[in-house]
Amino acid sequence: MISSKKEYLFNAFFLLITGLSAFLIIVLLLGIFVVLFSESLPAIKKFGFVKFITTPTWDPVREIFGGAIPLFGTLVTSFLALIIAVPIALGIAIFISEVAPRSVKEPIGTAIELLAAIPSIIYGMWGLFTLAPLQAKYVEPFLQSTLGKLPYIGKLFSGVPLGIDLLTASLILSIMIIPFTASIARDAFQLVPAVLKESAYGLGATKWEVIKDVMIPYCKLGILGGIGLSLGRALGETMAVAFVLGNLNQFPSSLFSPTTTVTVKLANEFTEAEKDIHLASLFYLALLLFIMSFTILAIAKYLIQRTRNR
Amino acid sequence: MRVEIDIRNLNFYYSGNNHVLKNINLQIYKNKITALIGPSGCGKTTLLRCLNRIHDLYPGNRYEGEIIFEGRNILSKDIDLIELRSKIGMVFQKPTPFPMSIFDNVAYGLKLKGIKKKDELRERVEKALRESALWDEVKDKLNQSALGLSGGQQQRLCIARAIAVEPQVLLFDEPTSALDPISTAKIEDLIVQLKEKITIVIVTHNMQQAARISDYTAFMYLGELIEFGPTEKIFTNPEKKLTEDYVTGRFG
Amino acid sequence: MRKRKIINKIALTICFFTALWGLFWLFFIIFDVIQHGITALTPSLILNDPTPPDVPGGGLKHAIIGHLLITITATLIGVPIGVLGGTFLAEYGRNWRVSRIISFLADTMVSVPAIIVGAFVYAILVKPFGHFSGFAGAVALAIIMIPVIVRTTENMLSLIPWTLREAAFALGAPYYKVIFQIVYRGAGMGIFTGIILAIARVTGEAAPLLFTSFNNAFTSYDLREPLASLTVTIFQYAMGPYEEWHRQAWGASFLITLLILALTLLGRYLIKRRFRH
Repeated sequence: MISSKKEYLFNAFFLLITGLSAFLIIVLLLGIFVVLFSESLPAIKKFGFVKFITTPTWDPVREIFGGAIPLFGTLVTSFLALIIAVPIALGIAIFISEVAPRSVKEPIGTAIELLAAIPSIIYGMWGLFTLAPLQAKYVEPFLQSTLGKLPYIGKLFSGVPLGIDLLTASLILSIMIIPFTASIARDAFQLVPAVLKESAYGLGATKWEVIKDVMIPYCKLGILGGIGLSLGRALGETMAVAFVLGNLNQFPSSLFSPTTTVTVKLANEFTEAEKDIHLASLFYLALLLFIMSFTILAIAKYLIQRTRNR
Repeated sequence: MRVEIDIRNLNFYYSGNNHVLKNINLQIYKNKITALIGPSGCGKTTLLRCLNRIHDLYPGNRYEGEIIFEGRNILSKDIDLIELRSKIGMVFQKPTPFPMSIFDNVAYGLKLKGIKKKDELRERVEKALRESALWDEVKDKLNQSALGLSGGQQQRLCIARAIAVEPQVLLFDEPTSALDPISTAKIEDLIVQLKEKITIVIVTHNMQQAARISDYTAFMYLGELIEFGPTEKIFTNPEKKLTEDYVTGRFG
Repeated sequence: MRKRKIINKIALTICFFTALWGLFWLFFIIFDVIQHGITALTPSLILNDPTPPDVPGGGLKHAIIGHLLITITATLIGVPIGVLGGTFLAEYGRNWRVSRIISFLADTMVSVPAIIVGAFVYAILVKPFGHFSGFAGAVALAIIMIPVIVRTTENMLSLIPWTLREAAFALGAPYYKVIFQIVYRGAGMGIFTGIILAIARVTGEAAPLLFTSFNNAFTSYDLREPLASLTVTIFQYAMGPYEEWHRQAWGASFLITLLILALTLLGRYLIKRRFRH
């Protein structure tokens, strides 16, 4: 049986190449980690870990590099974006799955998901040319004259409203991540057994009470996963914030201050770094961002998977 | 003997004009257990779900006729569904514990009714759990998740949750079909005890169950009510040939 | 009771407004891009090479060609690897623990920041050779594509009922033939859809190209050299000081947005059609 032997060989060959392709995922992820680590080694050796993440100085001339400001900026923009996006995304998920008439469910769902398809460079450019001027002219002066007058939180709205700042960047980020949280929450809502909802209605609960007391608690892991996924996305987003954050290595003093993030720093300085230690420090930032976002994404994916398998 | 619910010329259509209940006339007597039996697809569950209008959750469903409860037609547009459902409770085929603690599950309906005082809540939760014969099993773990209970316990918890709000009518949709025989026996005992206070309508595909616990039985077939009468009569001396064939197990 | 109903109304109304909020931004952005882009979109924008900012008539031919070259190369690298990898996870490696892990990692890798991939490729393909190259850009995009295609392929193949494979095995077919003749045939449309969505995803990427294919002020067909791309050019032009550059950046944005929305809608349509049957 020569032909059968040949078949056997072909099959083994196909098994091998598919296996190698699948294995490439692990190789790539490990490779990214190892390469980023080895490229940032000079910076790790020179600045250590604690010193690097707590030092705000970023001085290519004196060759002193610390990541405190971009790391802080990354976290702050992402969390502000989450604060804006999460309630809205949940509202959208609730609207689509529970409130909207059947005929508009799909179109609205598709439209919201298209927000995720728009490339981030488009968000960035639109932010720079259209949103930032509007922010500077109308939104921020308005906020300043209202919320800015309040004690304590008024400080958040101080400064000259130029539109190129934390608030604009976070707003754009929030628009970009809405579809991620919304679509995962919507999927999770769809997995709530109909009888569970019916038994809450059967007790005389209103629709909102069913949503708030039964559906959201039932889906909380999935929703948390969706939020995590959005956070992971926001941390690593580059182009959308690169246009509107100003890339200023300075802690923000209010929502109207320009600052920088890890990604913005990378985008602006990577190709211009002349000294090795400068490049190594940028790689160090990239490494920290990679570890941070990968961890958050992995946890988020795990939570989402667990809800689906229930 | 008073009539609690009077169903008159009821027709029901699922969306897409699917005519599933045909001209049903039926009286549910107060503080009695009425069983709805019939082969699967006969419309018994659909009829049950008309009584608290849970069908309204899904668009396109349509009723015709009248269901009179407390002197009013509950099918009319101006009926307050939230109020209706707090008077006519429901227990489902599979246990449906909410994702919260045992205590909060039972207290949920009470809180909806606006009861906020801790003492009163605790008292009424305990009462409901005692009435559903679950108290001794859960009294030490009221703050644990309800999802950790066994299937039979979960179903009794759902009954406790339903009776805590003191409904006038309780609808059971095959409440024991997912349970083992021991849990089933406990729940049957419970249902019989409940009728002192509550009018009960139960859908079951288990004819022995209907015979054991119900006072009246309605036999349905292909969306129509074939025969209704005292349970004993339906099972021993039915008027229609079709009913006899069914209760003697010749089809179904 | 009254109060509960009012709260219900208010809460559901708020949900309605959140949906409006989402739609508002979508239409705002799209209309803005169309409004600015359509006037910039002239034949010369597509057909001409760039000119100095003060000389009129310049175009983005270099960026369009560069973009196409990079994207096509990325597709040629990423699609076979992605499809084969997904095949392993759904077929040969279906019961292996390591497949579950790979599948999970791929899922996570889908969302890893694109700029990180750019930095990685810079370190392995740019730094050692001492210059940027279109090929490096293509590799970066391929790395972004691979996990997306791996996951969709795996999902699409798992939708093919196992009994269908058994029927083919029972006729004496070897596994690779079952995959090619039965499984791929059944899942072909689904995999194709996944590929379209993956291409749509990478077409809009700028971050991974910044330090790989970099930029080039001239039209080039050589993947070994730095290549311009529409997205990087948008970044450069928009951040630049010239009115004419801004105009061209809008034109390029319009092109990219149009292409991506069309690909995405096509992909979604195909998915929907598949699941209706």
